[in-house]
Amino acid sequence: MATAASRSFTLTAGQRRLGAKLVGAVLSLAFVLVFNFFLFRVLPGDPAKNLTRNRLVPAEQVQVLRESFGLGRPLPQQFAAYVRDTLQGDLGISYKFRRPVSEVIGERIWPTVLLLGLSTMLSTVIGLWVGIRGAWRRGSVFDRLSLGASLALYAMPEFWLGILLLIAFGVGVGSFPGMFPTGGMSTPGTDVTSPAGVVDVARHLFLPCLTLTLAYIAEYALVMRSSLLDELGEEYLTTARAKGLRDALVLRRHAVPNALLPTTTLIFLNLGFVVSGAITIETVYSWPGLGLLSYEALRTPDYPLLQGVFLLFSAAVILANVIADLLYAYLDPRVRTG
Amino acid sequence: MALLEVRDLTVSYPSRAGVVPAVRGVDLTLDAGETLGLAGESGCGKSTMAAAVLRLLPPGTKTSGSVLLEGEDVLGMRPGRLRAVRWTEAAIVFQGAMHALNPVRRVGDQIAEAIRLHDKVSDRQAATRVGELLEQVGLPARRAPSYPHELSGGQRQRVMIAMALACSPRLLIADEPTTALDVMVQAQVLALLEELGRELGLALLLITHDLSVLAATCERIAVMYAGRIVEEGPAATVFEAPAHPYTKALAEAFPTIGDRASRRNPHGLGGDPPDPRELPGGCEFHPRCPVSVAVCPTLDTQLWPAGRDRRAACVHVRDGNLELVRQATPVPVGEDAPAHRGAGS
Amino acid sequence: MAQVEALPPSLPPQLSPRAIARARRRQAAGLAWREYRRSWEGMIGLGILVVFVAVAVFVPLFIPASELDVTKATGTPFSPPSAAFPLGTDESGRSVLALTLWGSRVSLTVGFLATVISVVIGSVVGIVAGHFGRWTDSTLMRVTDWFLVIPFLPLAIVLATVLGPSLANIAFVIGITSWPGTARIVRAQTLAVTSRPYIERARALGAGDWHLISRHILPNTVPLIFANTVLIVAVAILSETTLAFLGLGDPLRVSWGSMLDAAFTHGAASIGAWWYLVPPGVCILLVVLAFTMVGQALEAVLNPRLRGR
Repeated sequence: MATAASRSFTLTAGQRRLGAKLVGAVLSLAFVLVFNFFLFRVLPGDPAKNLTRNRLVPAEQVQVLRESFGLGRPLPQQFAAYVRDTLQGDLGISYKFRRPVSEVIGERIWPTVLLLGLSTMLSTVIGLWVGIRGAWRRGSVFDRLSLGASLALYAMPEFWLGILLLIAFGVGVGSFPGMFPTGGMSTPGTDVTSPAGVVDVARHLFLPCLTLTLAYIAEYALVMRSSLLDELGEEYLTTARAKGLRDALVLRRHAVPNALLPTTTLIFLNLGFVVSGAITIETVYSWPGLGLLSYEALRTPDYPLLQGVFLLFSAAVILANVIADLLYAYLDPRVRTG
Repeated sequence: MALLEVRDLTVSYPSRAGVVPAVRGVDLTLDAGETLGLAGESGCGKSTMAAAVLRLLPPGTKTSGSVLLEGEDVLGMRPGRLRAVRWTEAAIVFQGAMHALNPVRRVGDQIAEAIRLHDKVSDRQAATRVGELLEQVGLPARRAPSYPHELSGGQRQRVMIAMALACSPRLLIADEPTTALDVMVQAQVLALLEELGRELGLALLLITHDLSVLAATCERIAVMYAGRIVEEGPAATVFEAPAHPYTKALAEAFPTIGDRASRRNPHGLGGDPPDPRELPGGCEFHPRCPVSVAVCPTLDTQLWPAGRDRRAACVHVRDGNLELVRQATPVPVGEDAPAHRGAGS
Repeated sequence: MAQVEALPPSLPPQLSPRAIARARRRQAAGLAWREYRRSWEGMIGLGILVVFVAVAVFVPLFIPASELDVTKATGTPFSPPSAAFPLGTDESGRSVLALTLWGSRVSLTVGFLATVISVVIGSVVGIVAGHFGRWTDSTLMRVTDWFLVIPFLPLAIVLATVLGPSLANIAFVIGITSWPGTARIVRAQTLAVTSRPYIERARALGAGDWHLISRHILPNTVPLIFANTVLIVAVAILSETTLAFLGLGDPLRVSWGSMLDAAFTHGAASIGAWWYLVPPGVCILLVVLAFTMVGQALEAVLNPRLRGR
């Protein structure tokens, strides 16, 4: 006779694994907070002096800084205050902009989302296609060319590619004129919500997006190719052919979906690198997003802003990892019901 | 007209070291409703032969000879005709059903795919047929939505068989259907194949390295070695009174259950099957043969008559000295074959 | 592979186990080298690396360090390639060729240094986690996972800004952020080795942890670590370039990354001074490609399954 009290709540192994991953994600985020907090307080000497060593800061401001750190209070209290503030969205005041960090970040987040979102989508679609075609026709001219190109794109710094593209298409080489703007997100004075404004933004977006797309196609193409090559050796494809399925359908219905499983999660796991690319590319093209903001922050150096951006980037990547795990569990029945 | 007639089939793979012959001039005949067993060690070419019947060999393979399925040469068919013939006239059940089934699709869907490829049926009709097929192989129809990893090895093998029967083929090729299964499950799967063969009038080509399995299930047995058939005949006689020394060794390699003596004295064959790239001259078996004679390394063997409806590719058969083969002393495992080697080994 | 089992005939039969092991290893190394030679990408990559390292080491003999001195620059700033300056000049009139060649020293040094830090930490963590298991393993893996999740550049920027710009700091930052990859691989290999029967036997005979690690685990993981190291150097050089480009490199030294930073901030892009921007990038491209090719060839030697991809 089972009463409500004695009824136990059992989870499948898969659900338990996911639960563990979620706990892990929360722990990671917590550790980011701890890291952020201690990094600037662990340095020898007076933190306020350290932070202002490269700039001429009037003494009163240094004193204000010292107080804002709450250095008089015991460490646990400082940490608690830090955590509380962060969770409420108060990330401190930016040195450079003299405004709340959260405000500054809020202004710059959408350009980055636009740039990264578009380039990730394009590089994924094109990269996967290239990888599939390369694996299916292994050793063909297409395969060898795309392998070579992927390897070359992977080996070069993405911002170098960006600068070259900037010169080639933005500035113009010799008598060949530049076709695209060389920086910024829109021409000053244009209303971005008007149709002409949208076109203007698109023209400014073109080169940075092209650079990032090219930089990441390589990764996706190589992984997809490798994944598909692994699948192509599997026996169930012979079974499918034996049943009378056309080769193209064997590829499309069986091999590719299975090879896509690890690749899908890779897209999310790759966000860490995508973020790194955004920082350098936005710098090259003066695209007013979080990447350029990071660059401006590190030049100053604007520590509250740096901490805030680091926190945001880390949180985004941790979230992406969780999504990747959930997605893989959903897509692969072996994980779902195993 | 025989259901399956293989004439002088030769299959070679390209490799870094040159062309590797996996099957060298094999002749085989299978009538409707007949069961033929194909035995041999790993690497003798039997799986290649099975794949060749439906032209499922990897790209780059060179094939010559002919494979006549219901009178039509599979090797010469146009791709469209080949795809139509596959599964509807002959179907193949692979070994290791863990990897022969798509791991991320439900087994019911995979069986239904086979049905739908050759027949325009509605979803409902396909589902019903899937249920019927599963029941036929001894699985409950409600197992259709399962994934391969949710089933046991024996169950997966049954699913493979059910899938093979989906388009009512007249020939079923089973490539090592019982390897990697427990003995009890092996017996069940074999019994199932036998029963289905009888009920549906299927011709069965059973391929395995376990000669005793074939002796129990098949009417006729063919033994392969180094890409060639070395003996062929009725199952019982081939197993109990082999005409080729290799068959004898193969038969004796499996201990007889219940026979204490054979348990304590396992018999086998020293040495390894020859590398297809470097085959010994003459009879390929002579380096390991306990009754080889001086002429073996240079003799071009062929299948000589060895009794009623039997053939074997041994010089002793040609010369009418079958007793020499039968008297060949079994070699205890661990020692090499006796010193009748001759040049070229 | 039967050859590896036989002793080289030149050795006398009475040998200590240590000498036998050493002889066998030498033979295995010889076989590995012969297998490696089969890969043309591996050989080309190796060739490129040899050239670059040679240039980096010997450049002071051909180009005096004074060419890097801003106060002694003789060329017109931002002038295109000419006979006097084969790769043109930078914003101060220095020869870009000299800068590129000298810059290789810093880029390669930081790359190697960072890799050493990364591999040492990663290997130690991997072996300790794999060998001691349980709590040690869980904790170390949690730390590893954290570093793997956190995006590299934001973390590196934060660390580098706090620590200050210097060669050692940059190498440290890159090493500290890239050891998790090695740790994971080494741990997996350690677990694989530890599950082999001879480890259990050794333990039964009374082997201590240090003996197991140094005599059994390490020799079996070193080849893998080596192949992985080569790939890490490539990543480390790319990282140095990125950090230097953002201005976090050592301001007193020239590296390929700092060249790109100087070029860009001084407007080389808008002037179209491609001669200043192309050489450092091409060098990075070649070096990273070379390391990648060598690394892949090494992996193919170690894992026959990867051959012919």
